[in-house]
Amino acid sequence: MKTSLNRVRGLGSAKNGTGHFWAQRITAIANIPLTIGFLLIIFCVTGLNYYQNVELLNNPIVSIGMILIILSFTYHMRLGMQTVIEDYIHKELLKVSMLILNYLFSFFIMITSIYSILKISFGS
Amino acid sequence: MIKMKKIEKPLSPHLQIYSPLINMVMSIVHRITGSLLYFGTAILMVWLLCIVSGEAAFNTFQSVFDTLIGNMVIIGYTWALIHHMLGGIRHLIWDTGSGFEIENINKLAWGTLIGSILLTIIFWILNYILC
Repeated sequence: MKTSLNRVRGLGSAKNGTGHFWAQRITAIANIPLTIGFLLIIFCVTGLNYYQNVELLNNPIVSIGMILIILSFTYHMRLGMQTVIEDYIHKELLKVSMLILNYLFSFFIMITSIYSILKISFGS
Repeated sequence: MIKMKKIEKPLSPHLQIYSPLINMVMSIVHRITGSLLYFGTAILMVWLLCIVSGEAAFNTFQSVFDTLIGNMVIIGYTWALIHHMLGGIRHLIWDTGSGFEIENINKLAWGTLIGSILLTIIFWILNYILC
């Protein structure tokens, strides 16, 4: 039998320790240069037509940058939304359902976006 | 085990008791911009999907965001990005253990708000001139 104290010792009741905290901070730091780069991309694509957009994403710096942006953004937003759900949703079933949806939504965005970037830059 | 009787414990005063302070409001706005960006990422995904799908899909995307509402969504998205980034830098400064003096807390909070609005305005004025 485990006492309550024993259960939360070490890595804590979620068995994840400070993993969430660290991943959140590392993606936060990565997101600073990535956001600046992303703003530059938004700045450049406004007013571009279809062919110019494709050409821009054919540039390896832009496409690699976009993949990094997608990876770091979707990881960071999943952790952030997880915290928001855990803070405000107190009904267990609804909370767990929303946490699962949060995972699925973030992974869907991540995979679909990276697929699109690769398809454009490898010549669709 | 004896069933514990639920005791009505006194609660500490919560958010609605206090008059809004700038650092408190910026903390709430940080969460709101984070949540907006969460769904904004879907726009980024749709943009990429439209490019993959070809010229017709891309032109549809362009025409949707060429409207007044579309422009406001994109301007709001860039503001949320900048605000959340500045707010994030503020939190990273606090993570080092510094910047907790009241005057610095207020400066950082105001800086986040004013900086994000100014940078968004500069971004779109430059964009209007150059693009």
